[in-house]
Amino acid sequence: MNRTFFIYLAPFILFIALAGVLFFALGKDPKLLPSAKLGKPFPDFQLPGLHQPEKTLSKTELVGEVVLINIWATWCVSCLVEHPVLSKLARSGVIIYGLNYKDVRSAAIVFLENHGNPYREVFFDANGSLGLDLGVYGAPETYFLDREGQIRYRHIGVITTDIWQNKLKSIYQGLIQENQE
Amino acid sequence: MLKQLSTCITFLFVVLWCAQNAYAGIDIYQFDNAEEEKQFRNLVEELRCPKCQNQNLADSNAGLAKDLKDRTYQLVKEGKSNKEIKAYLVERYGDFIIYRPPFRFSTALLWLGPLLVFLLVFGILIRKRLQTADIQTGEMSTKERERLSNLLENQDSNET
Repeated sequence: MNRTFFIYLAPFILFIALAGVLFFALGKDPKLLPSAKLGKPFPDFQLPGLHQPEKTLSKTELVGEVVLINIWATWCVSCLVEHPVLSKLARSGVIIYGLNYKDVRSAAIVFLENHGNPYREVFFDANGSLGLDLGVYGAPETYFLDREGQIRYRHIGVITTDIWQNKLKSIYQGLIQENQE
Repeated sequence: MLKQLSTCITFLFVVLWCAQNAYAGIDIYQFDNAEEEKQFRNLVEELRCPKCQNQNLADSNAGLAKDLKDRTYQLVKEGKSNKEIKAYLVERYGDFIIYRPPFRFSTALLWLGPLLVFLLVFGILIRKRLQTADIQTGEMSTKERERLSNLLENQDSNET
């Protein structure tokens, strides 16, 4: 075991280390970007309701309870996949608000008539301005808000029953139990 | 023949002129001065589209890229500086949206890595150089002298 032995071994060790790093990075989905908004208050907004265009809704609607905000649209196929799961959650008492993102009003209303409406209220964001303020880059996305209206978790993509049971449920329960008198 | 040719050329010019106008039609952003336009162009070249990864906003046709370009345009029009506009977008989309990551603890290796590798290789080369220089200028040890004289003697005896 002399010095030259280690010098010749060095490239091999470097290679193994690099291969290891690359191998573990393979399993990561590059489309899942870290949210810049975690732990920050939900952005202020003024948007019309989907069903009541004349009504202006704002952030005050969301504060005070643990709520989910689901970004959806009729052009988003995955949202249709997610819809039954959201309906089930709503029936079990989870409060979900909808953000109808860059959609056509009439189409969105028909969608909810056909598939049921799991949302307590739907905000109509035609040009995606609230979406931009949130850092949304696709639908569906779901934000978890605590009672103070802070964004505590962001789920990108479809919520399936599996994902809810194994991951999201405990996050939701955690928020519910927080500062509960 | 000549008449046909000139008609042909005129036709070609008309087509090219139309094509140019069609291209200009894509550019929907209007600017008051060249500086604003330059700022906007630089920004959309340097900002990355979060939806269609590995494309900048200027190259991307995704709906989100258009929204982001619109917002960037609006901010440029409001007279915001490049720094303010980037901060605005990073606040919403995170560091991902800028191609040039900021210097932080988590990005230190990314920024300093190449320099470290360069210094390492440079150091190794210098050391190697010094070692060979030592060998060249260094005195022979007594053992080496003996070996040399032995070799020379042998050579002499071989020749004769």
